Amino acid sequence: MAEQDLTSSSILIAQAQTDTGNSEAQQPGNAAGTNDAVEEQVVQEANDAAQGITVVVEGSEVVAADPAVELHAETQGAYTEQEKSVFPPFDSSTFGPQLFWLALTFGVLYLLMSKIALPRIGEILEVRRDRIEGDLAEAERLRQKTDQAIEAFEAELAEARAKSHGIADETRAKIKSEMDAKRRDVEADLAKQVATAEARILKTKTDALANVDQIAAETAVAVVGKLAGKVSIKDARVAVSDVVKG
Amino acid sequence: MEADAARLIGAGIATIGMGGAGVGVGIIFGNYLAAAIRNPAAAASQFSNLIFGFAVTEALGIFSLVIAFMILFA
Amino acid sequence: MAGTDPISQFKVKTLFSFGTIGADENGANGVDLVFTNSALFMVLTVGLIATYLILSTRGRGLVPSRLQLVSEMSYEFIANMVRSSAGTEGMKFFPLVFSLFSFILIANMWGMFPYFFAVTSQIIITAALALLVMAVVIIYGVWKNGFGFLKLFVPSGIPLPILFIVVPIEVLSFLSRPLSLSLRLFGNILAGHIVLKVFAGFIVSLSALGALGMFGSILPFVMAVALTGLEFLVSALQAFVFAILTCIYLNDAIHPGH
Repeated sequence: MAEQDLTSSSILIAQAQTDTGNSEAQQPGNAAGTNDAVEEQVVQEANDAAQGITVVVEGSEVVAADPAVELHAETQGAYTEQEKSVFPPFDSSTFGPQLFWLALTFGVLYLLMSKIALPRIGEILEVRRDRIEGDLAEAERLRQKTDQAIEAFEAELAEARAKSHGIADETRAKIKSEMDAKRRDVEADLAKQVATAEARILKTKTDALANVDQIAAETAVAVVGKLAGKVSIKDARVAVSDVVKG
Repeated sequence: MEADAARLIGAGIATIGMGGAGVGVGIIFGNYLAAAIRNPAAAASQFSNLIFGFAVTEALGIFSLVIAFMILFA
Repeated sequence: MAGTDPISQFKVKTLFSFGTIGADENGANGVDLVFTNSALFMVLTVGLIATYLILSTRGRGLVPSRLQLVSEMSYEFIANMVRSSAGTEGMKFFPLVFSLFSFILIANMWGMFPYFFAVTSQIIITAALALLVMAVVIIYGVWKNGFGFLKLFVPSGIPLPILFIVVPIEVLSFLSRPLSLSLRLFGNILAGHIVLKVFAGFIVSLSALGALGMFGSILPFVMAVALTGLEFLVSALQAFVFAILTCIYLNDAIHPGH
């Protein structure tokens, strides 16, 4: 307000201030201001006793006389100066039309929502839910079918495996018996050969042992002959056999 | 002029009431946060209760603001 | 004048008039059918909601497009809210709650545009919406429960002497519901827009002071940007609050016993 008092002496500065849209320009106190300032003054001046009521009256006369201000007043709508001071949301003159338009627009909105939009969205969601449930049921059915197929396949597989086991066992047994038979043959053969060989060895041994007696007797004859004179081969042989036996 | 000044002062005093609503809203959100940290699983289910408590508390602050506006302009 | 005055943005301006109805021979006491900026934004709000919801769901796509998804999500959002607060029986009020929510939300959002008019900053609008809700609650409650609706004021399981204290409190709290419902929305939107305008006005008046002032106006500018974000939050939140309180009050009408 102090700022405004300073400018009240100069019309030019006051004009500049109102042009910048400074809210200070609305403050009362600029009695001799420009038309703009006066016109705004009218709104708030009424209770400013310090500046004097007469100033306000003069101001409003200026407003009425000035065509530019009349234009400005037109843009304010049909409100009188007294109504201008009312806080706009509490201005009861606007209640009637606002209620009318609210009832109209909200009624239309409610009708559009309840009759068209919401049923449609609800239907879309319903259809989708049904479709998803149907698809899920179908998937479940297919899954069960797959499970059955897998079961059947596994049963068959187990059967085939058992069968193949049987065949393998059988084959193995057959091969084993064949091999056993062969082995028995071979073993018998070998045993026979071994027996023959043992008999031959025994014979050779007895022959050899017999020869040893002969050689020993002859050696004994020769040794005794050299040492003690003649000995019959027959005695020598008896002696040798005694020694061998003894 | 004195009546004007008294009106402005009165409007200013009326806005003090909003402080109480501020404290209340702070308590509501603070307690919600504390509870939500203790049991995050239950936090989402209590969100509408949070908003309800916030709205009811905040309305009281708005009342004092509206009173201030009425003193100022009405 | 309209540059920094935080109040003039709420002024209802006449755009054109359809004439007066219900006036007596002197032309007084009638209702002026003037088309105001308030009415314009109500029409825009309803137009936007209806056009969007109806056009975006036109395809009835089994796989939703992005636009259709928004419609469906808002539908499910409100439907879940109504179902969880007011039960399955409350679903008959679903169109009402949805209309209220979308109307308030979109009206608030229109109001967030500079130079646009916030319909919900008019107390008569919010009061009418709140009274509509309370009228539905009372009429439906009485129609469905008869005198049983009065059980709303008598909490069960409370000894008789305390009832003498509790019942008046319950009655008072019920009576204050339309008041708080309307004033909450009105006050939030009004206060938000005033604060925004005040901070924006600081920028203008500081910038007028010269270079230093312009530098100083960065601070209110940052505040104005932050407050704009906050106001978007408040706009959505208040629509949500209005809708959920409507559901809770409707629940009282459907199940009056505590």
